[in-house]
Amino acid sequence: MSDDTFNPNVIELRDVTVTSMRNAALVVAEEVNWSVLPGEFWVVGGQQYSGKSDLLMLAAGLMNPANGTCHVFGSATDSFGEAQLAERLRVGFVFQGGQLFNRLTVAENVALPLRYQKNLTAVESARTVEVLLEMLELKPFADLTPSNVAASWRVRAALARALVLKPELLLLDNPLTGLGARHGQWMLRFLEQLSHGHEWLGGRPLTLVASTDDFRPWQHAQRKFALLHEKKFIPLGSWTEIETTGHAAVRELMALAEETPN
Amino acid sequence: MRGNLAKAFELANTQVLRSSPLPKSYTDYLGRKLFLFLLTMQGLGAFALITLGVILTKNNVAKNVIHPRIRQEIVRSGVALLPMFGFVALALGFLVVGQAVSVLTKNGAANFLGSTMVIVVVRELGPLLAAMLVLTRVGTANVIELGTSRALGEVEALEALGIDPMHYLIAPRVIGMALGIFSLTVYLIIGALASGFLFAFLQGAPMRLGDYYRQIADALSWLDFALLALKTLAFGFTIAIVTCYHGLAQPLRLEEVSRVAVRAVSQGVIVCVLVDALFIVLYLFS
Repeated sequence: MSDDTFNPNVIELRDVTVTSMRNAALVVAEEVNWSVLPGEFWVVGGQQYSGKSDLLMLAAGLMNPANGTCHVFGSATDSFGEAQLAERLRVGFVFQGGQLFNRLTVAENVALPLRYQKNLTAVESARTVEVLLEMLELKPFADLTPSNVAASWRVRAALARALVLKPELLLLDNPLTGLGARHGQWMLRFLEQLSHGHEWLGGRPLTLVASTDDFRPWQHAQRKFALLHEKKFIPLGSWTEIETTGHAAVRELMALAEETPN
Repeated sequence: MRGNLAKAFELANTQVLRSSPLPKSYTDYLGRKLFLFLLTMQGLGAFALITLGVILTKNNVAKNVIHPRIRQEIVRSGVALLPMFGFVALALGFLVVGQAVSVLTKNGAANFLGSTMVIVVVRELGPLLAAMLVLTRVGTANVIELGTSRALGEVEALEALGIDPMHYLIAPRVIGMALGIFSLTVYLIIGALASGFLFAFLQGAPMRLGDYYRQIADALSWLDFALLALKTLAFGFTIAIVTCYHGLAQPLRLEEVSRVAVRAVSQGVIVCVLVDALFIVLYLFS
């Protein structure tokens, strides 16, 4: 049951042990304590295979913690079931690479959650989908299947699919991976607009959490940063704080970033 | 719809048993096979029950999405296979029915024609052949499609969107395949009986069309129609369950999909024979 009145956090993890999605016996993070307040924009960094995706999937309620408690909008995610569908739909998730449905067109992919959750016909959902596709510059690709669309546009289509139900929390797994400079810049700008209140969401600021293996493109005074390293979740604070940190792993991550600019 | 539902059917023990080295003695090998069979049956049973539960409880959920998907599956498991079934009906008529008609009439056993045709074509060969053809044509496609979807993370994507994968991916396939096999079996039986008479007629068998169909009609009882419907629906349900179970519940990597498809077809054949045996018992005791 939701108890928002007592718990204002959008995400609250207490002493959580995170296991791998692919291998439940593999622990990727232990004793994770993390609170995300409404409207915050978090960037979680870490090397590849450090468990960022698993942490995000756990925070989205797609998997259970091995230990500890995970609350999203005040509801424990291990009780997310049919009765908590409304809570689940307040959370949007963008997978790395998009994970679009290959047998559906881009427009059908975007329409699917809307049609399924609101029991709409294709015609009834068409206008909403068209507006969203236009907003994300996806209209030329609307009738193509994902395999016929470049990876950068597939990520945008996945973002459109996650936004179609107007979530209050959006989790993005490595959204800049594989994007060219133009698409990367567009993505960062668009996420910033969502964070401040986009017209699509009626001007309501969206709570955002993104994972990355390169902190540099995410430089912004108002964002909060955290690091996942050697099974530990370390909140780092603002950009100013991570720039001055002496943490070897952060410096290593920044150095790596300098070698392979995004 | 609890997160990552597909994982609920994963049987880690079957993976361990399959990947461990061959046992030293033959009895150990047989024991391992027995354990694998029991674990698979446990997984299939759970999967079947959950699928039935989803079909019954979510009948009115997202009708505008699910009903078109059911129609698509009926086309895929039924309408699209009609040309092939037409050919098989002709072949079955020429190879089996025509010869039977010709031999029985030439040996003065024409009185047994009706009951022979009903037992061979209506009760046994028609439904089983239809099931086997759908298993190989559509069942394998099910395993590959679902296995690929699972390997590419589409199942997790559905769960992230609050869409029950059992409702969206499995229920339409199960309903479509059950109705598809039922319809195709009816067409196959009618086609085989008609082409069988044609073949016998061309061979000069001394039997008129009216006598041929009267004998078959006399040999048929209401039980044949009822059990034919039940049997074909059961074939469709079990084939869909076996193939969807292997596609959705087992493979995690793309390279495993083809191997699992072969396993699913083998198990599908075994399950169909078991269902057939069950209906033979029903016929014998009715």
